[in-house]
Amino acid sequence: MIVSNLELIPGRRILAHYGIVQGSTVRAKHVGKDIFAGLKNIVGGELRGYTELMQEAREEAIARMVAEAESVGANAVLNVRFATTSIAVGAAEILAYGSAVKLDEA
Amino acid sequence: MLDLIQLGIFVALVTVGFFAGSIVERRHYASIRARERAYADVLAFMVRFPPDRVSAQHAFLVHGTVVISSDYFKTFIAALRNLFGGRMRAYESLMERARREALLRLKAEARRRGAKLVVCVRFETTTIATGWAPSMEVFAYGTALIPAGVEAPASGRSRLLGDGYARYGQGAS
Repeated sequence: MIVSNLELIPGRRILAHYGIVQGSTVRAKHVGKDIFAGLKNIVGGELRGYTELMQEAREEAIARMVAEAESVGANAVLNVRFATTSIAVGAAEILAYGSAVKLDEA
Repeated sequence: MLDLIQLGIFVALVTVGFFAGSIVERRHYASIRARERAYADVLAFMVRFPPDRVSAQHAFLVHGTVVISSDYFKTFIAALRNLFGGRMRAYESLMERARREALLRLKAEARRRGAKLVVCVRFETTTIATGWAPSMEVFAYGTALIPAGVEAPASGRSRLLGDGYARYGQGAS
């Protein structure tokens, strides 16, 4: 499965389009991490706990998008975009979406 | 009395924020500059299409993310600045650090997976928290490209761009 935010893959032809596929996840902050982040806020800098949280959430969203693409018979997702929305204080939705396509064999 | 204690705590937090925050910022900038030199050979472009659209290439998504938090001193200065308007230098440097860090992490992933060219790089910024402890997430993503057959370089590179393209390739050093 090729995942890319390009509109084409160099050297490959698009044989079929399957429309939009998407994957999303809603994540909440962990209380322990939140307390640590509160302390870290005094001195500033990176909040590693949250970085990992966002990283995991994005990977989860991509994985769900890829699963949907596989289910419709695609072998690539092109033009991938991301969107993040805070739903409530401490909870965010991470969305990945793209076009599922079938590419010829390299 | 209670007000005095509260004021004392506030002043202490802002002071700690000023000293610790500037140390954190200086160290971060030093680390960013060092890694930017180290990753200078991984090229990242905003262009929507790869320079070579014809030759077969491996393409995959790479991304880098960082959640960065303001310190109490920055927040305090920004609150003052908010009264008069104008540039918030304290937050400008914060966001700049976050963007450069996210791009560096994207480049680190690209290199780890054997690519030296990333195209279609996009940034996305999200507010994680506001108020006295504002924190932001900066997310950078793009498509890393590895020319097919880099395992056996020297021949069969781009027909369109010729040797110029070799600079992007993994085979060229």
